[in-house]
Amino acid sequence: MNYEKPLAVKELCELSLEARRKIIKYSHSANLPHLGSCLSLVDILITLYFSSARVQENYPLAPDRDRIVLSKGHGAPALFQILAMRGFFPEDWMFRENHGGGLFGEHPPLPKYLPGIEAATGSLGHGLPMAVGMALSAKIRNEDFHTFAICGDGECNEGSVWEALQFVGAQRLDNLTVVVDRNAWQATGRTKNILGKYCLEKKFQAFGFSPHTIDGHDIPSLQQCFSIAKSAKQPVVVIADTIKGKGVSFMEDDNNWHYRVPNSAELKAALAELAC
Amino acid sequence: MRNAFADELEILAKENEKVVLLSGDIGNRMFDSFQEAMPDRFYNCGVAEASMMSIAAGLALNGFRPFVYTITPFMTLRCLEQIKLDVCYHEAPVTIVGTGSGLSYAGLGPTHHSLDDINVMRVLPNMAVVCPCDTHEVRAGLSAILNLEHPVFFRLGKKGEKPVHLGPLNDFEIGKSITVKNGKNVCIIAVGNVVQLSVDVANLLDNSGISTCVESFHTVKPLDLNKLGEMFKNYELVCVIEEHSSIGGLFSAIAEWLIVNAPRNAFKLLQFSMEDKFYSEVSSQVHLREKSGLDLLSIEKKIRSHLEVIRE
Repeated sequence: MNYEKPLAVKELCELSLEARRKIIKYSHSANLPHLGSCLSLVDILITLYFSSARVQENYPLAPDRDRIVLSKGHGAPALFQILAMRGFFPEDWMFRENHGGGLFGEHPPLPKYLPGIEAATGSLGHGLPMAVGMALSAKIRNEDFHTFAICGDGECNEGSVWEALQFVGAQRLDNLTVVVDRNAWQATGRTKNILGKYCLEKKFQAFGFSPHTIDGHDIPSLQQCFSIAKSAKQPVVVIADTIKGKGVSFMEDDNNWHYRVPNSAELKAALAELAC
Repeated sequence: MRNAFADELEILAKENEKVVLLSGDIGNRMFDSFQEAMPDRFYNCGVAEASMMSIAAGLALNGFRPFVYTITPFMTLRCLEQIKLDVCYHEAPVTIVGTGSGLSYAGLGPTHHSLDDINVMRVLPNMAVVCPCDTHEVRAGLSAILNLEHPVFFRLGKKGEKPVHLGPLNDFEIGKSITVKNGKNVCIIAVGNVVQLSVDVANLLDNSGISTCVESFHTVKPLDLNKLGEMFKNYELVCVIEEHSSIGGLFSAIAEWLIVNAPRNAFKLLQFSMEDKFYSEVSSQVHLREKSGLDLLSIEKKIRSHLEVIRE
C-alpha cells in the first residue's frame, strides 16, 4: 500500500474496522486476553500509524521517525495487527507455529525482535518515562522527531507516571505527546471508583501539559489533536475518551472482556457486527 | 571516590558526546563544572529515581550513554523494576552509579545502608557489577565501562578513601581482578571499600609468618574465573572480605562457582561479610564493621585460627 498520498477519513475508518476484525480473530485463535483494552485503542493506533506519525514501514529505524511507545503494553495484540497492516512485517509472521516463534504474546517484545516496536512494555508505568528519555534525546541532539506515549487511564495509578510528568513539565518537553486511552475501566473496576476520582485533565494541566479531551474513536478529532500536539510549544496530553470493547455490542463497556477470550459463537457474532 | 567519579566523568564526557549525566538531586556542587561545560548533558531528575532510571533507558535506546547517580539504596532497590525491565531487559547501556555504598553512610541509619545491592544487581541478566576500591579504579573503571555496550552497576564508597593503588591503572579490565599484594599461603579476595583493610590484614599476617596475597576483585559479575581457579589451586586458604550482607554478595558468587567447579576445595573458603540484619544503631562505619568482625584484628585472628585447623 502506498501512503505517500494521505488516506481519506473513510479509508482510515475502514482500516479501523479491519483491525478490529483481525484483533478479535487473533484473540480467539491465539487465546489472548485484554480484548476490551485492545478495541478501545484501535482508532488511536490507526490514526497514528496511518496518518499522523512519521513512520516508514520499509525503514523502521529511520533516525527521524516519530517514536510511538505503547506504555499500556497489554494493548499489544492491537499493536501487532496494526503494525502488520502498515507493512512493518508480513502478517503471516503471526501465524507461524507457537504464534510467530514466541514474539506475539500479550505484550510487545524487545525492539530488536520486531520492527516498529520502540520499547518492550507490559509492567505499567514504564513506557511513558522511557518515552520521556527518547524525547529528551531529540532535544539534546536537536532532532525533530516527535514522541508519542500511549497510556491507559488505569495506568495513571502508577507513581512513576507522575514522576515522569514532573520531568516533562520541568524540561518543557514539547516534543512529547501523552495519549491517555481513557476507557474508564481498569483490571477490576471503574477507574473513577479506584484511584481516578479527580479530574485527569486538571492533574495534567497542573504538571504543565495542555490537555485536549476528545472522542477517542473519532479519527478526524484524533488527527486534529495530533497535529496541534506536533507544533505546540508545550507538552500536550490527548485524553481520548474511549469505550472498552468498542465495536462489538456485547463487549462494549463490559469489563469481563479484560480477561475473556471469545469462543467460536462469540467470534462469529462479533465478526457479523464488524462486517464491511 | 565520588569526587574522582565526577572529575573523570566530566573528562570522558568532553571526549564522548554520548555521555549524559542524570542525578537524583544528589551531589551538591559536585557536578557544577560538568553542568557548566555541558549544560545540555546534565539533568537533575529530582527525587524521582524510578522515572530517572526509565528516562536513562530511553536515552540509551536512542544512542546515548547515560550515567545515573544517587545514593546506592535509592539507585538500586527503590527503582529495581525499572533497572530490571527498562535497562537490563533492553540491554540499554546505562551505568548505574551508587554512592555511599555498604556502610559508607553508617550514621544515617538503615535507610541509607546498602548491604544488599551487590546481591540484587548481580541477579539481573545483562548486568555487570563493578565495585572500585579507590580513585584509580574509579577512573580506570569509567573508561572501561564506555567500551562495553550493556548495563553496569558501579558501586562507589564515599570521599576521602586512602588510595590502594600507587598510580593510574593502565591495564584495568572489567572482569579481571588486580593483584594488590603478593603472598604464598593465604589469599584474600576483597571487593571495593574493604581492599585497603585487606591489605592491612595481609601485612599483619605476613608479620606472623603467614604470607598473604590480596586480590582486588573489583568485578563481582562477571567473575574472574581464571583467577579463582588459580587461587583455589595455589593457596591453603581463600578469604572473601566484603562490606555487604552475608547473603548474596561476592562470597555467595564465589561459593556458587566453587560448589560446581571445585567442590573438593570448598573447605578452603572463608567468609567475612556483614550479618543478615539491619544495623539500626546509629554509629560509625568502623564501629559497625567491628561489631560484625570486619576489623583488622578480628579478621587476622579468624584467618590464623582457621589456617591452623586446616593444617592439622
